[in-house]
Amino acid sequence: MNSVQRFYFDHNATTPVAPEVLETLVACLGQVYGNASSIHHFGQAAKQRLEGARRQLASLIHASPTELVFTSGGTEADNLALLGSRPAHIITSSIEHPAVLATCAQLERAGTAVTVLAVGSGGLVNPDDVRRALRPDTGLVSIMHANNELGVVQPIAEIARITREAGVPLHSDGVQALGKIPVDVEALGVDLYSMSGHKLYAPKGVGALYVRKGTRLAPIAYGGHHERDRRAGTENVPGIVALGAAADLAASELAEESARIGALRDRLENAVLDRISGSGVNGARWNRTPNTSNLYFDGIDGEALVIALDLRGFAVSTGSACSSGAITPSHVLTAIGLSADRARSSLRFSLGRSNTAVQVDALVDALEAAVAHLRRISVHA
Amino acid sequence: MPEQPIAVAMSGGVDSSTVAALLVRQGHSIVGMTMQLWNQRRLPDLATEGGVGRCCSLDDVYDARRVAEQVGIPYYVVNFERQFEEQVVKPFVDEYLAGRTPIPCTLCNNYIKFDRFLEMADSVGARQIATGHYARVRFDQASGRYQLLRAVDDSKDQTYFLCGLTQTQLARTLFPLGELTKPEVRELARSMDLAVASKHDSQEICFVPNGDYAAFMDAYLKDTGRDVPSMRGDIVTTDGRKLGEHDGVHHFTVGQRKGLGIATGEPLYVISTDAASQRVVVGGNDDLLCARFFAKRVNWISIARVTVPVRAQVKIRNKHAGAASTLYATEDSKRVEVVFNEPQRAVTPGQGAVFYDGDLVLGGGWIE
Repeated sequence: MNSVQRFYFDHNATTPVAPEVLETLVACLGQVYGNASSIHHFGQAAKQRLEGARRQLASLIHASPTELVFTSGGTEADNLALLGSRPAHIITSSIEHPAVLATCAQLERAGTAVTVLAVGSGGLVNPDDVRRALRPDTGLVSIMHANNELGVVQPIAEIARITREAGVPLHSDGVQALGKIPVDVEALGVDLYSMSGHKLYAPKGVGALYVRKGTRLAPIAYGGHHERDRRAGTENVPGIVALGAAADLAASELAEESARIGALRDRLENAVLDRISGSGVNGARWNRTPNTSNLYFDGIDGEALVIALDLRGFAVSTGSACSSGAITPSHVLTAIGLSADRARSSLRFSLGRSNTAVQVDALVDALEAAVAHLRRISVHA
Repeated sequence: MPEQPIAVAMSGGVDSSTVAALLVRQGHSIVGMTMQLWNQRRLPDLATEGGVGRCCSLDDVYDARRVAEQVGIPYYVVNFERQFEEQVVKPFVDEYLAGRTPIPCTLCNNYIKFDRFLEMADSVGARQIATGHYARVRFDQASGRYQLLRAVDDSKDQTYFLCGLTQTQLARTLFPLGELTKPEVRELARSMDLAVASKHDSQEICFVPNGDYAAFMDAYLKDTGRDVPSMRGDIVTTDGRKLGEHDGVHHFTVGQRKGLGIATGEPLYVISTDAASQRVVVGGNDDLLCARFFAKRVNWISIARVTVPVRAQVKIRNKHAGAASTLYATEDSKRVEVVFNEPQRAVTPGQGAVFYDGDLVLGGGWIE
């Protein structure tokens, strides 16, 4: 079984480190070992690399470098944004990542009022719902930019007009948007924006939070005066440098790669819809990140299909993995109104830099065979 | 995949780990899978320190994953929580509330560990499955049936809990440990350097911590929003005399002696419980004796059915030695009357009755 050729279609879970990024990362790990807070030569060299990476990432999202706080990843960025805003009332949506939903649950235990907005069958938040949910004591609105399971892109700019008018800061979890669609924090109008390195061909363990100048934010961990007193702890310089390199790569490739990957995604979806009966796309087909496709296969147990595909060499995903590694039903799919059966019959395909048309065609062949096999033995999902 | 793989049900224990390693050593293509059956964090009131012997813990998954890595096989955790709750936990609770003493392990074997697991195995292209159960399967040319036989290691034999297996299930199942003793299995695990070679055996019903059924049911009913029914009732003697009161028939099981809260000169035992009238009937040891009973929903394994009276050894609970009996057919082929040669103690409605001819498992059903 080790001889199986393997293809990766799970880039929303994580991405491989890009060769260009790897080169920068390894060089930095080997040579730049100073503490960026130290005043000597070694510290200064680290500080230079740190600030260089900050400029690279800032440039990708059209922010000022001083508005970026590096973190250990997207989850910490979300936690910092939500907990650090200390809201008396927070508005969020039902299809957020657990990094936001579980943090809201913690805020609620500590006395914050939480409003969770429902989404339509396409997975979109209605900006009018945000307007209606606003209260005098609303301290933060947190709506993700792109959804990890559906790829659906939220009308953040429209929501921002509403929150700005009300004088309420807007946070957006941009982990699944960065590198897939253009991100311009000015055009979006967000005040806080979470990012993650490992969804962007940088390594795990590094991320950032954009904090618009003037946004009040308390730290959630205490220690030294790093990151303008917003995030204590010696900076992960090699990780941050890699994130900077990945931001540069994204800036130079985004237009071309997103068109190429979008075409591959459409090739996948059209072939599946043509060749596999009882299949369909979950959520809206428009207004998505170009790499993401969430498909259902009626009568199929998604968990079995993921395993069957893995044994054939294709890595895809369903739901979200719990701590044991078992699959639990997706809260996103039930939130857009899918029945439990359909949610269980659904798979997520997320494409990336390494995927080719040949791979997509092989994936469709494997899917067709696996679905036919599963239906033949009539697994009741 | 050149050869059709065999799916091995891996619990993280020494038995199923040894099965996986043995089959790999024999050159088979293997897929390891752990069934996630119950979320232990779901009923936090029941949290116990240590938690030794409880299934589906993260530690067990860690162990199974480590063994899979060690022997170089693909490994997955499959989520059967929904089916487990529907087909094992709910019937278990309902039976208990109805005053019977259920055995969830048999339900779990039938519906989850074999039915559902076989389906999952099929899904990923595995025709056969293997488990770490101590039992043997053999195809009998003469009758054309798959036969189930007791394990060579009598002290570990698990056929009592496997009596619901169908011919379809047996045809696809391997029990590689059936010919081995537990010490031999541990020795094998050690010789193959398996990380779990000296791990403790699991005990008790996996989802019920410390064997405290009543506490589990209270927590489960609360969690599922069902009111815990008021189950207070009387403790009475066989001739109807009231001796005391109790908090619910589900706290009692036939044959139980302790925990009645009644002081009398002679030892008292629970003779029967009746959920409808909420009565617990107690009596002396002799009152527990029973000469015959009916078994329903019998699954015939090594024989097609009984027509003429058949001699058999009958086990009425897992640790029962087996009593010489005669099986009499009724008009329903799935219902038999069991007549003991010598009356037996504590024949408990809801428990399984399994019929043996020597090592051969003839079949098994549920005590009425």
